[in-house]
Amino acid sequence: MSDRPRSLAFYALAAFFALFVAFLYGPTLTILVLSFQGPQGGLTFPMNGVSTHWFGKLWAGLGIVDIWGALWRSLRLGLVVMGLTVGIAFFAGLAFRKRFRGEGALFTVAVASLIVPSIVVSLGIGLEFRLLDEAVKWAATETGWGWLQEHGTLMGLYTSALGAHLTWTLPFGLLIMFAVFNRFDPAYEEAARDLGATGPQTLRHVVIPILGPSLVGVALFGFTLSFDELARTSQAIGGRNTLPLELQGLTTTVTTPEIYALGTLTTGMSLAVIGLALGTSLYLQRRKARAGLRLG
Amino acid sequence: MTDTALAAMPALAESPPALTTTASLTQKTRRRRALAYIQAAPMALVFLLFFVVPLGLTVIVSFWAYNEYEIIPAFTVQNYVDVFEGCLNTTDACTTVRTYLSTLKFCVLTWVFTLLIGFTVAYFVAFHVRSRTMQMALFLVCTIPFWTSNVIRMISWIPLLGRNGLVNDTLMGMGLIKSPIEGLLYSDFSVVLAFVHLNTVFMIVPIFNSMARIDRALIEAAYDAGASGWQTLWNVVVPLAKPGIAIGSIFVVTLVMGDFVTVGVMGGQQIASVGKVIQVQMSALQLPAAAANAVVLLGAVMLMIVAMTRLIDLRKEL
Repeated sequence: MSDRPRSLAFYALAAFFALFVAFLYGPTLTILVLSFQGPQGGLTFPMNGVSTHWFGKLWAGLGIVDIWGALWRSLRLGLVVMGLTVGIAFFAGLAFRKRFRGEGALFTVAVASLIVPSIVVSLGIGLEFRLLDEAVKWAATETGWGWLQEHGTLMGLYTSALGAHLTWTLPFGLLIMFAVFNRFDPAYEEAARDLGATGPQTLRHVVIPILGPSLVGVALFGFTLSFDELARTSQAIGGRNTLPLELQGLTTTVTTPEIYALGTLTTGMSLAVIGLALGTSLYLQRRKARAGLRLG
Repeated sequence: MTDTALAAMPALAESPPALTTTASLTQKTRRRRALAYIQAAPMALVFLLFFVVPLGLTVIVSFWAYNEYEIIPAFTVQNYVDVFEGCLNTTDACTTVRTYLSTLKFCVLTWVFTLLIGFTVAYFVAFHVRSRTMQMALFLVCTIPFWTSNVIRMISWIPLLGRNGLVNDTLMGMGLIKSPIEGLLYSDFSVVLAFVHLNTVFMIVPIFNSMARIDRALIEAAYDAGASGWQTLWNVVVPLAKPGIAIGSIFVVTLVMGDFVTVGVMGGQQIASVGKVIQVQMSALQLPAAAANAVVLLGAVMLMIVAMTRLIDLRKEL
């Protein structure tokens, strides 16, 4: 097939692919350009001069909305979710290679967590934490203990929101680990064990270096999916919003290119993270290949 | 491995030294088993705390009563009666049915477009791009936007579709229309457009994955047996890509059925959707009512998934 000349179908499909890429990236490029709109410019073309005016306004803050606080919260949460996703999914992946009772149930739950509508998951977590709060309040009046009296809410960034994000990132992490371990040759582990390495040593010096590039991929999913998560967070965040929630609110209230500047900024951050992850993954692969050559 | 070795040497397996080996092996296996439980425990705990228990509570609370101030743990089916209020009236569809029909319409339209586009894109990358590196690069080009903010990607349609947007300006400049088309933004059209824009990736990835596993010799065989390009596509590629199509379809359908963000932002907060009803009731603190709606939504989505998997299995049998 590969030695045949390119058919007409190839060119038609290539054109379709090009159109699709334009459809995928075109709108984002439009707001990237428009975020450099001049001070008198509006939300649409034409460009009224070129300036960084709207980035300056954004830097000064968007009125009552604490956009930098929200960005900071989203970043911290994203990093925590990333770390937990990599760790939990990696060990769960290891567990699934051995047989254990309940593995079918755990896999079903993971897949279900991926496909149950986000609003339902979010509502459930919100309900759970409200009921927990009620229980704490009840316990406070029953016992009269001082340390319970000041109780506000258990809902928060690192409790309910973190949990909501993990229900979204962990299934992706687990599925990636499945794909990764399917291609992993157990002979490396056996060789390490035959040479007298302990379990942790085998993990540290054999399994993790070999899987490194894929673990970076899991980290990328963990961070970006958390950083952009909106639907699952919506009912499970409590008082202080994450960036995507603030952004959603801003779509109806902000009528200046400031929102485009914010879009350019967050998209730039996402792209930087993606670039960093792909770069790291590629670097680890190269290093692995070099090490393999040296050994070979 | 040890099992086959033992089975091949039944005489040896009965001798005392072999028995001690088996005993120490089972002990080893048991330790491995225990380790597996510890390794799987964190994930199981997260899903228990933040998925299984919340869903259980949702079902329970959907049968509770409430007033303006609090929810009351007393059994009632009133919430479900409220959801289907007026639905027995056959002349006029009730609110719930109308909302579901509207959401279903978005669902079907989005599914058709994402499937057609996703299949074509995946087919091009999997079968017409020859180098493996180029395949991966193009695959990445399709997935990178998935890792960026959905809300920003929705907002980015405003300068294109708005009243004075690029599309209207271009059409007017070409003299094709005299006055701007009003319904481009904040309409059913823009909602479906955004859904397709955001969710096609969920079709591309699993379909590409299925196609990448297809043995190229099968395509060669079809070609050698005189099948035309279309015949090969329809009789070889499509059947073998079905698992990917099924997974992608389940993703797209569930994402659209439960959506409230895309419909909200792209519909100018004017279009109803099931997810939005739940969100509004949640913010009005009508938790049992929201829970009942969530249970109905979950049931509807599960029915759709079962129907889709049935459809695919059925075709496999034909």
